[in-house]
Amino acid sequence: METLMVILVGILVSIGTYLILSKQLLRIVLGISIVGHAVNLLIITSGGLKTGSAPLLGEKAAGFTDAIPQALVLTAIVINFAVTAVVLVLCYRAYQSFGTDDMEQLRGDEHE
Amino acid sequence: MTIFYTFIFLPLISAMLVPLLYKYLNRRVHTGWFVLLVPLSIFIYLLQYIPGVAAGNTYKYTLSWIPSLDMNFTSYVDGLSLLFGLLISGIGTLVIIYSIFYMSKVREALHSFYVYLLMFMGAMLGLVFSDHLLVLYGFWELTSVSSFLLISYWYERKSSRQGALKAMLITVLGGFGMLAGFIMLIMMADTYSIREMIANLDVIQGHTLFIPAMLCVLLGAFTKSAQFPFGIWLPDAMEAPTPVSSYLHSATMVKAGIYLVARMTPLFGGSSVWFWLVAGIGLVTLLYGSLTALRQTDLKAMLAYSTISQLGLIMCLLGIGSLAIYFGPGDSGTVFTVATFAALFHLFNHSTFKGSLFMVVGIIDHETGRRDIRYLGGLMQVMPITFTIALIGGLSMAGLPPFNGFLSKEMFFAAVNDVSQSGIFGLSNIGILFPIIAWVASIFTFVYCLIFVFKTFGGTYRPEKLTRKVHEAPWGMLFSPAILALLVILIFFFPNVLGKYILTPALTAILPTMPISPYDLKISPWHGPNMELLMTIGVIVIGFLLFKTMKRWIQVLRNYPQGLTLNHWYNQGLSGTEKLSASLTNRYMTGSLRHYLIYIFSFFVIVLLSSLLLQHGIQFDTSNDAVISIFDAGLVLGMVIAALTVLLAGNRIMAIAALGALGYMVSMFFVIFRAPDLALTQMVVETVTTVLFLLCFYHLPKLEKRIERVPFKLTNLIISIAMGLTVTLLALSANGHKLFEPISSFFENAYELAGAKNIVNAILVDFRGFDTMLEISVLAIAGLGVYVLVHQRSKRREQRETE
Repeated sequence: METLMVILVGILVSIGTYLILSKQLLRIVLGISIVGHAVNLLIITSGGLKTGSAPLLGEKAAGFTDAIPQALVLTAIVINFAVTAVVLVLCYRAYQSFGTDDMEQLRGDEHE
Repeated sequence: MTIFYTFIFLPLISAMLVPLLYKYLNRRVHTGWFVLLVPLSIFIYLLQYIPGVAAGNTYKYTLSWIPSLDMNFTSYVDGLSLLFGLLISGIGTLVIIYSIFYMSKVREALHSFYVYLLMFMGAMLGLVFSDHLLVLYGFWELTSVSSFLLISYWYERKSSRQGALKAMLITVLGGFGMLAGFIMLIMMADTYSIREMIANLDVIQGHTLFIPAMLCVLLGAFTKSAQFPFGIWLPDAMEAPTPVSSYLHSATMVKAGIYLVARMTPLFGGSSVWFWLVAGIGLVTLLYGSLTALRQTDLKAMLAYSTISQLGLIMCLLGIGSLAIYFGPGDSGTVFTVATFAALFHLFNHSTFKGSLFMVVGIIDHETGRRDIRYLGGLMQVMPITFTIALIGGLSMAGLPPFNGFLSKEMFFAAVNDVSQSGIFGLSNIGILFPIIAWVASIFTFVYCLIFVFKTFGGTYRPEKLTRKVHEAPWGMLFSPAILALLVILIFFFPNVLGKYILTPALTAILPTMPISPYDLKISPWHGPNMELLMTIGVIVIGFLLFKTMKRWIQVLRNYPQGLTLNHWYNQGLSGTEKLSASLTNRYMTGSLRHYLIYIFSFFVIVLLSSLLLQHGIQFDTSNDAVISIFDAGLVLGMVIAALTVLLAGNRIMAIAALGALGYMVSMFFVIFRAPDLALTQMVVETVTTVLFLLCFYHLPKLEKRIERVPFKLTNLIISIAMGLTVTLLALSANGHKLFEPISSFFENAYELAGAKNIVNAILVDFRGFDTMLEISVLAIAGLGVYVLVHQRSKRREQRETE
């Protein structure tokens, strides 16, 4: 299962990177989102999968899955959301101000 | 904190009060009067150490800073540091009195001026009293910074800014060298303390890093003390207000290099490399400085080059004096101990006469508006007191009796004569060069001193060439140089008081192993008719003849081609470096985000893959893997399809929907992986994100199917596949190496420790509560950012509509 997940993460990273490298702003935002998902999955995978029950003490289970990656990912999800929101609004503003969403046209002047 | 540290840090602490004093009281009282109390009280405080230190005691103080890293401000008050401490606070007092009358309280930004000056004073005191090498280095750089700020004090002038930059570049370059040298010393001796290094001399002297460390430390000392060829920054530093030139750039800061060489003499002294570098460079600097000073027409520039040459003289004496360690106790050793003593004596004398001369130039500049000897002359009749001071300072520098410069110059001649006869380190062949160069340089020194005094004050008075009505300076400006001039004469008549109480203890600190008898160190003006006296008479006769015939030869010197000066090479080097780095930077800083991302991704791939390969880290171990159910496989397939849909979607709504689907599938994975909190959070966040996307996409242009060039697509494809591959390999190898036991068992007593049954929640809000709090602040900042970006837009639109 871990190996499969890692391969899935690799595919997601590839697709995300490809999108980030494209010229259109919206695609870049989509790419960032996908890479974010991939990283979250990677972190959760690194703690070992399906090794015990959910980390709730009330369950009286024999063993729990590793809680640390979960705590990390929980933080990451929220921060990801904040980043996506800001980048999206930034794209919107850039498009409103400059009338283009092409990165090649948005680049700075040669001698600034 | 002991009283000692209160006084050492007094300048830095009181610097904080200066802006307030300036703001509320400057209209009534010149801020300088308050600042004056600082060096004066430090001076008085340090005076009380003299009896103890003269009796051979040293005082140790320690101020804990980072004890766990062995970083403490350890101080030793010994003769050497006390000599410098007294110079810093004593000359500082006089300079501040002088500055009160020199700096107008109406026109000048006094608050910055005195803050910088106090900052320098504090840094310099810290430097000389610090025994910890890294702390010393910190103060050393702080003196460079404050010197930079003071040189650029009149920052609206281009020449001030350039001079400041030059001083900064050269001294900080040396500072870095010195830091490297210090680190080598620390590695060799395994201690930060200079005293402990001196105690462990054998370990250091036998080490392979001995010579490299010495070279690096000397680089720092030579750049700071303006030795050849690094001295070019000092003339340009004269753009600073004259009190600064007099204080930093003649009496104290430039002597920090001398201090360092003196401090390091017990470590490095006795080796031939040290002798040749210190004495040799010092001698070359002496000649170069005095010759270049001759052709200056600006009084301040002349004094700057003369400072360079005098610093060379002191450096040379220290180099010669280091031979005492080579010879050890005995007759030859004593001869060179006297040379070190002469170095300290001249250091003190130079501070007195050069300080007064700089202040005289300041007075001339202030009263006449000119500093160029071609326009000045005959000022003797309008400024008699200033003339007297200049005469005393100038003749002392020239080495004439009855002034203190005569005594130390005689001792210098004696030292170069001794070294030429010592016959070691290859001196038997070229040792004779020492007295010859010293003698020639002294003639030049004599001539420029005469030029300085008599071209300004002698000759005919030409008021038509001056912009102002000239009169004698106010008493406040004359006070400080007069005190210094008085010292110049007093030291000539009573040199042994100074020698006994101040210089001999300092000598003990430089040459701790040498027996020092007061009889050898007795300074007297008359030694009978000997070689030194003949040399001095020669200097006076030839120097006087040269001065009289000046018109015939001075043009030859002044027409020295500009292209061959050190300054020219410095400028060429600087502009060349700038051009090179600009063209290099422009080649890769293209302004295109995509290029920067490509650098980042390539770096990531190259560094991680190569280190994985080099460390043989690629290792797979699938034995501990969990089983894959059909449901899992279906989800994985679904996610790949969703991601591909995002990639290939022809319109926006489809891409966004696919992204949403991807997110929900991630949350399903969280359910499978026994992470209910994550699943819930992911579900909520994904919903909000999708809504946000849908809100924004309305305003964004359509996804266009653009026909891109093949190389563009190919680059992207290669990089993205490499990225995916790297991440996969890295994660697989990480899975294959289980190097540590998981620490999660620690959190399983969450209920006992935090009263929470949900471990993940306990980690977030209790164990790592701070992280979560900061995370919430990140969210708040992001929210503010979004709000501002949207709101600003609508406001502008409103404005446009009203127009």
